[in-house]
Amino acid sequence: MNAEQILFILFGAVSLIGAVSVISFRHPIYSALSLVVTFFAQAGLFILLGAHFVAAVQVIVYAGAIMVLFLFVIMLLNLGTLSAKGAIGPKVKGFAVILGILLAIEGIYIALNSANDTTVAAAESATGTTTTYDIGKLLFSEYLLPFEVTSLILLAALIGVIVLVKRESQEEN
Amino acid sequence: MLLEYYLILSALLFTIGVIGVLVRRNAIIIFMCIELMLNAANLAFVAISRNLGETTGQVFVFFVMAVAAAEVAIGLAIIVSVFKHRQTINVDEINSLKG
Repeated sequence: MNAEQILFILFGAVSLIGAVSVISFRHPIYSALSLVVTFFAQAGLFILLGAHFVAAVQVIVYAGAIMVLFLFVIMLLNLGTLSAKGAIGPKVKGFAVILGILLAIEGIYIALNSANDTTVAAAESATGTTTTYDIGKLLFSEYLLPFEVTSLILLAALIGVIVLVKRESQEEN
Repeated sequence: MLLEYYLILSALLFTIGVIGVLVRRNAIIIFMCIELMLNAANLAFVAISRNLGETTGQVFVFFVMAVAAAEVAIGLAIIVSVFKHRQTINVDEINSLKG
């Protein structure tokens, strides 16, 4: 067993444990912190896959920006007192877990089949790392239009958020 | 490292996200589970992109992250404004649209 396999098992186990903690902790703050652990473990997996740029963006955007937003909203709404009564019955929970196990079996089946297909398609499996230069070249040549549309999505989100949380100021006018 | 292991890990993470959406009633935790599912898809993208020796998969991860950031901002704004009106974010109690 070489170092890459050991690191894969380590990061994979940490991300799975973090993901289970997200859905099992009662308090939303603990769930958010478990989600940060999962994101960091996934960044480690991206580094193992040679995708250094994606790993850096994962840490900066997900573990940085998005989780700060989550924690900010949880603390703003002071949700710790409310979440206790939001439990659902054990019957529904068992049904959900059974459906989840079925979905997991389907996912693993698809993963095994498609992995066989793609390894046949790739004659020589590339092992090199992707640099930011490669991604940038692709992003600004072949995927220029989707890249520009991304900026429109972010602009729409910005305007939407401002409209949604704006104070109703009809009384003042 | 074989591609299968990464895809199986991705499928398991996605399943945990789906179970979370089904089991939890707190809107913020449901959002976190959606983030988990998006991340599982990202992992599959990067693993397959590496296996095929292409960079395209990582470009798509970039787009998924941009969409996830926009979605989280909008979703949390909706949660905040629902909380201001109803004083709850339990999705079972937010049923005004129910026929």
